[in-house]
Amino acid sequence: MTGPRYRPGQRVRIAARTPAVHHRVPAYVKGKVGTIERVCGKHGEPERHAAGKSLVLRRLYRVRIAQQELWDGYQGAPQDKLDVEIFEHWLEDEV
Amino acid sequence: MSPDAPDKAALPSGPHDIGGLPAGPVDRAEHDTAHWEWQIDAMLRLAMQKGALTDFAELRDGIERLTPKDYEKLSYYERWARSLASALLKKGVVSSSALQDKIDEIRERQASRR
Repeated sequence: MTGPRYRPGQRVRIAARTPAVHHRVPAYVKGKVGTIERVCGKHGEPERHAAGKSLVLRRLYRVRIAQQELWDGYQGAPQDKLDVEIFEHWLEDEV
Repeated sequence: MSPDAPDKAALPSGPHDIGGLPAGPVDRAEHDTAHWEWQIDAMLRLAMQKGALTDFAELRDGIERLTPKDYEKLSYYERWARSLASALLKKGVVSSSALQDKIDEIRERQASRR
């Protein structure tokens, strides 16, 4: 079993694609940049489950995104953030 | 891509994908679960136990394929019922004629009670 591709503190971008099957990535985080908060182990890929296909385990991460990154003209405190759990195949390197 | 580049417009993936869109207040009223809603819940669990559906994600997938109009109109367990029915039809567990016969039978039973 290979190790996690990302480690806590690393910056990542969430992929901006929209497959025509259930997936656990809401539109408002697609294309946004965040930081890996922690690695959450391996879990079954939702897209495969949704299509009734056999189980494939994928690494899951908790990604921390600034609210200011998510919403244009965000009025709240600059340190406000959202933690969202995203699978590794939805993450891209962001340097 | 630079972090300052404008975000690629991410399209909503279905009628459920509405996070961040303008909306009214949340209805926080408590409500009882009707008997038929427990029955839908039981049917889903049975379908999963029998292997007709492998995961809750399959139910979600069917719900997310509803038209925005249907999604808006249907209640929580009505969405479950529609998704479960389409999954069981697709897999050939139930035929569309058998489903229609049952719907007709229940309609007649309800009409005769009125």
